[in-house]
Amino acid sequence: MQIPPLSERRELFCDVLVIGGGTAGTMAALTAAQHDVDVLLLEKANVRHSGALAMGMDGVNNAVIPGKASPEAYVADITTANDGIVNQRTVYQTATRGFAMVQRLESYGVKFEKDEHDEYAVRRVHRSGSYVLPMPEGKDVKKVLYRQLRARKVRSKVTIENRVMPVRVLTVNGRAVGAVGFNSRTGEFVTISAGAVILAAGACGRLGLPSSGYLYGTYENPTNAGDGYAMAYHAGAELSGIECFQINPLIKDYNGPACAYVANPFGGYQVNADGNRFVDCDYWSGQMMAEVKAELDSARGPIYLKLSHLPDATISEIEGILHTTERPTRGTFHAGRGHDYRERDIEMHISEVGLCSGHSASGVWVDETAATTVPGLYAAGDMALVPHNYMIGAFVYGDIAGEHASEFAHGAVREPLPEDQIASAHELIYRPLSHADGPPQQQVEYKLRRFVNDYMQPPKTERYLSLGLESFERMRGDIAAMGARTPHELMRCAEVTFIRDCAEMAARASLARTESRWGLYHQRADLPLSDDARWFCHLNLKKGRSGEMEMLTRPVAPYIVPVPGFDRPDGVENEPATPGELAGAWA
Amino acid sequence: MAQATHRIDVPVSVDQSKCIDGCTLCVDVCPLDSLAIDPETNKAYMHVDECWYCGPCAARCPVDAVTVNIPYLLR
Repeated sequence: MQIPPLSERRELFCDVLVIGGGTAGTMAALTAAQHDVDVLLLEKANVRHSGALAMGMDGVNNAVIPGKASPEAYVADITTANDGIVNQRTVYQTATRGFAMVQRLESYGVKFEKDEHDEYAVRRVHRSGSYVLPMPEGKDVKKVLYRQLRARKVRSKVTIENRVMPVRVLTVNGRAVGAVGFNSRTGEFVTISAGAVILAAGACGRLGLPSSGYLYGTYENPTNAGDGYAMAYHAGAELSGIECFQINPLIKDYNGPACAYVANPFGGYQVNADGNRFVDCDYWSGQMMAEVKAELDSARGPIYLKLSHLPDATISEIEGILHTTERPTRGTFHAGRGHDYRERDIEMHISEVGLCSGHSASGVWVDETAATTVPGLYAAGDMALVPHNYMIGAFVYGDIAGEHASEFAHGAVREPLPEDQIASAHELIYRPLSHADGPPQQQVEYKLRRFVNDYMQPPKTERYLSLGLESFERMRGDIAAMGARTPHELMRCAEVTFIRDCAEMAARASLARTESRWGLYHQRADLPLSDDARWFCHLNLKKGRSGEMEMLTRPVAPYIVPVPGFDRPDGVENEPATPGELAGAWA
Repeated sequence: MAQATHRIDVPVSVDQSKCIDGCTLCVDVCPLDSLAIDPETNKAYMHVDECWYCGPCAARCPVDAVTVNIPYLLR
């Protein structure tokens, strides 16, 4: 294709712009539509099968159901799993609004498992509470959500643009006023003027290279390349906990979750090669991942998900879930190797590193209204820092962002869009066309992500991280020289710039936090101990005025609920929230 | 830049005898946009080796023409 002139563009207008049509973005659009605003939902893929749940989900990991668990216990569990470094007000929203969200999803047609007394069949995986709730027909969750988006009342308020990928959020005087991107099929240049912007673009799942070497064989949906992290950063928003990587236990080579959460209630569990259990608690945390890594590296490795001891009928039931919902090709993978759960336990490994707040705690800094530090810019889902927020948290924060962005958009003065930022984005998007014979994206991306593996995988050290940073700076040149011929290739090239930005953030944040914390997620071999006196705080980063990355710390806000067995090292007293103060609090 | 082309085993295969002329269901839903319609045959095929082996292409095909294999490097 030819580079389109800067002036040749499609200009879109809306009150609320939602970037990303996955779990959080779809819910944000649905809620915003109830607030009398015009919503534009941009999805780089197709909303029918987009985001982390491209196919479906077998259950929710964090539903706090009245009578089964308490919001306070959930918040305390998540606080403990994150070594105390959480803004409890954000987690409390997920805890208190999750039940209403389960009911809302039920009203849409999503089925949750109930017991013989018609009560929600929650299961215990976390350290103390029971929050895991299976979704027996989880393969249909995307279908159900799409039907809502296309319902007559919603359709008149929500415009969907598939295959449009934004690359930058536009700002005027530090306020988000729209975005700029392109259509990955036609190459058309697109600008969007908006009253408020919601980023719901998913995790940075294409950061580390899977051990298979296959670029797209990632744990996360590989369309989620850190787009939202990079866009928030360049818009001036603060990001936080970027050194707290996402690393997950999974089926080796297949690289999908082994789903101990699914298998546990049926009697499945993780064992080492000696057949012994080795994790203290199956709930995914940095501590659990450190135990997994230690086992893999020991003479007791490899590790397995053990199912072979179970009766045939039970295994068939597990297969019925694992091979049909979240990652249905799991069955194809095992069959291809001639492996059967009845005869052979499933070899497990750990994933490549990524950034994600759905599973870990690395994301864009948000408060309990989903607001970022940039006025008019909201974030939700895997990319927004609400620790271990998973699917229910993505729905809850999509809902919150939809509500608050709508309010903001109602009062927003509409400014002309900043032409200088539009011109920079145009250059970023179309640059590879001007030297089409430059290095292809696949090779550049492979090299970039191999450096992530070489230098960033825990255990981290200052020397390795510094070499990583040096490599990511050097890769700016490779990326500038990358060549492309088609709109599709331009999309992949733009994604490589997002991955590089995320890699640099990961290196700088990991260097700055001069201690070890969160088990494997930020294990520094050169600084093996936690330094509570200095580092019991959030480490945030943002793009400074000069364009350099700046690091800053934020104190951990006073806890609103007590955390049994955990003494805050900074001695800050709890400040219980006053009744009705928090929007989502239970009546 | 000096360049070479090489063969690559792609994970998604489309049975050309079953694929419906002019149908784009699998192309529409692929998260990675890795399927395309061959302008000469009007049938779907995988145009890039970019696959999460997630399965919407196969699930949406009305005539079971699409098969998602595990990418060779993982198989």
